Amino acid sequence: MKLPAILHKFSSPRNFYSMSGKLIPWLAWGFGLTLLAGLYTGFFVAPPDYQQGESYRIMFVHVPAAWMSMFIYVVMATSAAIGLIWRIKTADLMASMSAPIGAAFTFIALVTGSLWGKPMWGTYWVWDARLTSELVLLFLYLGFIALQASIEDPRNAARAGAVLAIVGVVNIPIIHYSVEWWSTLHQGATVSKLDKPSIHITMLIPLLLMAISFKLYYLASVLMRGRGEVLRREQNSRWVKDIVAAETQSGGVK
Amino acid sequence: MTASEFFHMGGYAFFVWSSYGIATLLLGWMFISPIFKRRQIIKELRMKYRQQERQQQDNPAES
Repeated sequence: MKLPAILHKFSSPRNFYSMSGKLIPWLAWGFGLTLLAGLYTGFFVAPPDYQQGESYRIMFVHVPAAWMSMFIYVVMATSAAIGLIWRIKTADLMASMSAPIGAAFTFIALVTGSLWGKPMWGTYWVWDARLTSELVLLFLYLGFIALQASIEDPRNAARAGAVLAIVGVVNIPIIHYSVEWWSTLHQGATVSKLDKPSIHITMLIPLLLMAISFKLYYLASVLMRGRGEVLRREQNSRWVKDIVAAETQSGGVK
Repeated sequence: MTASEFFHMGGYAFFVWSSYGIATLLLGWMFISPIFKRRQIIKELRMKYRQQERQQQDNPAES
C-alpha cells in the first residue's frame, strides 16, 4: 500500500520542518480569530440557560476540550500506527508531540466538568462511566508519555508507545457511548444527534466556533512542538547543522 | 448588562471563571513553551557541533 503523495512529501523530516514553518502562522491566526469569535458569542450573544442560568457557559470550554481529548487520541494512535507500519519518522514524531496536548485537553475536560458538576449535580466527582473512562484516557496519555520517556532508543520508544496507543483506542467508543450504556449523572449527546440537535442555535454557534478554535490550536501547537523536536532527532543530518548555523548567524538564538 | 453583573455570572462566578482561568493558563503555557524549547534545542546542538569540531581538530587521524 502506498501513501498519498502529499503525505509522502510531508513525511520527510526536512520538508516537515520547512512546511510547518509556513503553516504555523496561519493556524495561529485562525486559532486567535475563532477563539475571539467563540468567546464573544459564548458570553454576549448566547442567552442564559432556562434551567442552569449562567453556569452552563462552562460548556463552551468543557465540551470542545472533551471532544479534543478524544480526537487527539485517535490522531495520536493513527499516526503511531502509521509510524509502526511504514516506518515513517514524522508520524512517530506527530504521535509523541500530540500526547502532552491531548493530556492537557483531557485534564481541562475533567476539571471544567468537575467545576460544572458542583453547582449542577452537587458534587465535584462521581465514579460513573463517563467520568471514569475520561480519567482512564488521561492515564493512557500519561502512560504513553512516561513509556516513551523511559526508553532511550527512539525507535524502540516509538514502537512501544504505538502498541500502548493502539490498544488504548478501545477506550474511545467507551467514553462516547458511556452515557447510553450505563446510567449516569452525565447528560447524553446533544450535538451529535445530527437529525435534530437538542441545542439552540445561539448556543450551538459559539460551541462550534470554540471547537474549530481548539482544533486549530492543536494543529499549530503540535507543529510548533514537532519543529523543535525534529531538530533534536535529526541532529546528525546536514540540513539540521545548516539550520543551527543559520539561526546562530541571524542572531535568532543567542 | 453591567460589568459587575457580567463578572458575577448569576452567582456562578467561581465555577465559570475558574474553568476559563485554568484552561487559559494551561493552554497558554503549552502554546508558548515550544518556542523556548526550540531555541534551547538549537543552543544545545550548536554547543555539541562545536565540541565535535574541536575534537576533530585535536585528533584528525580518528575522524
